[in-house]
Amino acid sequence: MTQVDQNALTQFLLRLGDNTLVLGHRVSEWCGHSPVLEEDIALANTALDLIGQTQLWLGLAAEVKGNDSSADKLAFLRDAWDFRNVLLVELPNGDFGQTLMRQFLFDAWQSIMLGRLIKSSDPRIAAIAEKVSKEVTYHVERSSGTVVGLGDGTDESHARMQVALDYLYPYVGEMFLSDDTDAAMVQAGIAPDPSSLRAEYDALVGKVMAEATLVIPDRAYTHKGGRTGYMHTEHLGHILTSMQWLQRTYPGAEW
Amino acid sequence: MYAQMIKTARAGIKTRDEMSDLERDFQDKIDRDIKIEPRDWMPDDYRATLIRQIGQHAHSEVVGQLPEGNWITRAPTLERKAILLAKVQDEAGHGLYLYSAAETLGESRDELTRLLHEGKMKYSSIFNYPTLNWADMGAVGWLVDGAAIVNQVALQRTSYGPYARAMVRICKEESFHARQGYHAMMKMAFGTPEQKAMAQSALDRLWFPSIMMFGPSDAESTHSEQSMAWKIKVKSNDELRQQYIDQTVPQIEYLGLDLPDPSLKWNEETGHYDYGEPDWSEFFDVIKGNGPCNVDRLRNRVKAWEDGAWVRDGLMAHARKKAAAKVAAQ
Amino acid sequence: MKNEWPLWEVFIRGQHGLSHRHVGSLHAPDAETAIRNARDVYTRRNEGVSIWVAEAAHIAASTPGDKGPYYDPSQSKVYRHPTFFDIPDEVGSM
Repeated sequence: MTQVDQNALTQFLLRLGDNTLVLGHRVSEWCGHSPVLEEDIALANTALDLIGQTQLWLGLAAEVKGNDSSADKLAFLRDAWDFRNVLLVELPNGDFGQTLMRQFLFDAWQSIMLGRLIKSSDPRIAAIAEKVSKEVTYHVERSSGTVVGLGDGTDESHARMQVALDYLYPYVGEMFLSDDTDAAMVQAGIAPDPSSLRAEYDALVGKVMAEATLVIPDRAYTHKGGRTGYMHTEHLGHILTSMQWLQRTYPGAEW
Repeated sequence: MYAQMIKTARAGIKTRDEMSDLERDFQDKIDRDIKIEPRDWMPDDYRATLIRQIGQHAHSEVVGQLPEGNWITRAPTLERKAILLAKVQDEAGHGLYLYSAAETLGESRDELTRLLHEGKMKYSSIFNYPTLNWADMGAVGWLVDGAAIVNQVALQRTSYGPYARAMVRICKEESFHARQGYHAMMKMAFGTPEQKAMAQSALDRLWFPSIMMFGPSDAESTHSEQSMAWKIKVKSNDELRQQYIDQTVPQIEYLGLDLPDPSLKWNEETGHYDYGEPDWSEFFDVIKGNGPCNVDRLRNRVKAWEDGAWVRDGLMAHARKKAAAKVAAQ
Repeated sequence: MKNEWPLWEVFIRGQHGLSHRHVGSLHAPDAETAIRNARDVYTRRNEGVSIWVAEAAHIAASTPGDKGPYYDPSQSKVYRHPTFFDIPDEVGSM
């Protein structure tokens, strides 16, 4: 394995772990409020998978970082500017359609990314990717099925899903941006260049949206700033306010 | 008791002489502990009573997601968040199993949901109390699920097959709930002074509502007689309550918390704990809809249902289109 | 049109080599979703390796009233059971 800058590796792992942390948090907000019991249970499974993935990615980030760090410390004691998740996952749940559309747009990216990470030169990353990709393969099946069903359902469900896609699509591009951190990962054979995943992603999303009778908006603009931490949305601060409240109010307590 | 104050559909019990042949055969089966199955003949009142009891039990599980769901986004560690989410998810599952049992009696889940939302069916009063600090998550699992287990273990022997089988499945899952709750409670009781104060507060607030889950005392519970004869109900309210208190007091003592009721004392003669009478007027107030959270809980459920209508309709419409296309292709 | 999702009966193969067993039911708009819902509802604790679903409305069942004529007659055919026959120990296991 090529020696890689440990700071860059930490950043890379935080990006993976913060994506699943924040999205898991969002999905868990649905608990008890879904359209039907079966969906409540399914969404909880998705959220549980994402929380478990967070423990793995942030756990490894903490290991690389050293200094007595831990997955919990990273999740509960960093402020918003230190978070490295893409903006897509911190966007509000909206209606059930927007939640499932966001889920599919993320699942599709994550499944392709994990497929590459299974071949990572870092065996720790490859092992996590191997385990997690099974969960994510199911997530894609479930979220794409629901997006298709709602897109091709009633006039109302179709209209709502189109609104959701129009709202979320400008946030898709950020998942495929590259910077120095990514270059270092490519160099060390740890991870692919995100931009190299785009064609496969477009093919998958294009196929599902066609089946869902939804129209993908022109990707003229890309909102960005989450994965670099430069500029998150206003929503992240509110997520952290509830998520970190107990740890912040009672420092050092064990739960 | 998740299903409390279930009125038997008819008053009084028929004597053997008053029974028709069918009714006598039915009662004989129950007396011989033969389970009643969905397609078997059963008295209309038995069916109606069961639908009410199973339906109320199911509603309790579903509404029961809300007080704990209230804390999922504030869980203090990743592991606690996962445990709590898995636990609340189980409640949804239990609701689903129970609605399924009710559906075998010919009552649809949508219909039961409508009755709940229109205030024509109840759910357990315990879920009309608020969850105010993190120790409540421990206390709900330990005390509330603990009380539910006592009731539900007895109900595994209930006479209606699908209900009894749902109980077996649910009981297996509930012991995870009680244990994770007590585990969280230990962390709090043995933690910082603030954490211990939260634990005490949770215990003090939830103790009486928990022992009221078993329903009013047998002397006042006029409707159990027929349910006992039909083995819809297997043990009396007071029996179950005493069993629960006897098993729970030592658990409180282990945590080093103050007893939530000064009358709780071991009685050598009876071999049980004495306890103070809960405030039953509060119990009836909460049942009438005047508990701290009644209005909000029901509003939340109605909102989830109404907001979800377009999703349920949309997915059904898609399924119909697909089925039609398949037929057309053949 | 009534829009309640149809009821499906769920059968799970608990381990390789065992047959599918009825575990409960659930609602779903179509068979594919019913299988996914069954996965999410009934295999959360590692209970299964395979799922069948059947729409409840399509299951045919014997009626309870037939119990006597259907099942009692087989009770007298005791000779169908191996224990009916005494075989001397000398001939070994059979």
